[in-house]
Amino acid sequence: MITLGHYLTVGAILFVLGVLGIFINRRNVILILMAIELILLAVNINLVAFSAFLGDIVGQIMAMFVLTVAAAEAAIGLAILVIFFRRRGSIAVDDVNRMHG
Amino acid sequence: MIALTAFYLFATVTIASAVLVIFARNPVHSVLWLILAFFNAAGLMLIAGAEFIALLLVIVYVGAVAVLFLFVVMMLDIDFAELRSGFTKNLPFGILIALVLLAEVIFAESAHQEGPALSGAPVPEATQPNIVALGQVLYSRFLYPFEIAGLILLVAMIGSIVLTHRKRGDLRTPKVDRQVKRRPEDAVKLSRPGVGEGVKI
Repeated sequence: MITLGHYLTVGAILFVLGVLGIFINRRNVILILMAIELILLAVNINLVAFSAFLGDIVGQIMAMFVLTVAAAEAAIGLAILVIFFRRRGSIAVDDVNRMHG
Repeated sequence: MIALTAFYLFATVTIASAVLVIFARNPVHSVLWLILAFFNAAGLMLIAGAEFIALLLVIVYVGAVAVLFLFVVMMLDIDFAELRSGFTKNLPFGILIALVLLAEVIFAESAHQEGPALSGAPVPEATQPNIVALGQVLYSRFLYPFEIAGLILLVAMIGSIVLTHRKRGDLRTPKVDRQVKRRPEDAVKLSRPGVGEGVKI
């Protein structure tokens, strides 16, 4: 018998894994972006689970908008990464603060 | 019974793929594990009855976003070894923080004073197909956010192009404003040379 709690637990574990990914891989921007996608996936699972178990379609509408904004943010983040790499030759972001004037 | 097995299968593979996204050595492998995680999350949503969102996840997230990640990862020449230098230093503390966060979240979810949602009641049956229900709400109540989502995508597209656009040195593109500003008196000069004299250009 699958309850809402099952889905929420999966969402929670994915969220925590995303946060852990950001925490560990702080030098590697691509892994940070992928960890952010994991966090957004966890949020989407939560929204869809609540929508299914409460019978309210608004949760899925919200999940659709989260998906849209996540796609836009991934595109812009990768564009910034590409021009950062063009300038620097590597994607280690520990030394991003050296860009200040 | 089948739904329960499917749920545990999808959930296990999703979580395992997410772990491997973070801990894989090769970023290309990380992206591939991320794609697997998305597919299994779509499976989880299918079980819950949200088939439109599940397929949207596959088409948009896997088909566009993850492929974009793959392109960028394969295009950049990344030195993997240098990037993992802070890994083992941060790992124990990171796992501690992650466990604390997980404990907090699960503790919050298992609170027994929750409303009817967490009481273990079965999924309410849908009266109409999922996409019909979505369409009825999306274009009436949520028309404004829908249009703004389109605008967000447009701005993201323009932003990405503007950020990464490079001018090629050998192209001779027309300068339209110069062409439009040109007047007849700039273009043609009437000179009346005498017989035998040449014209100085």
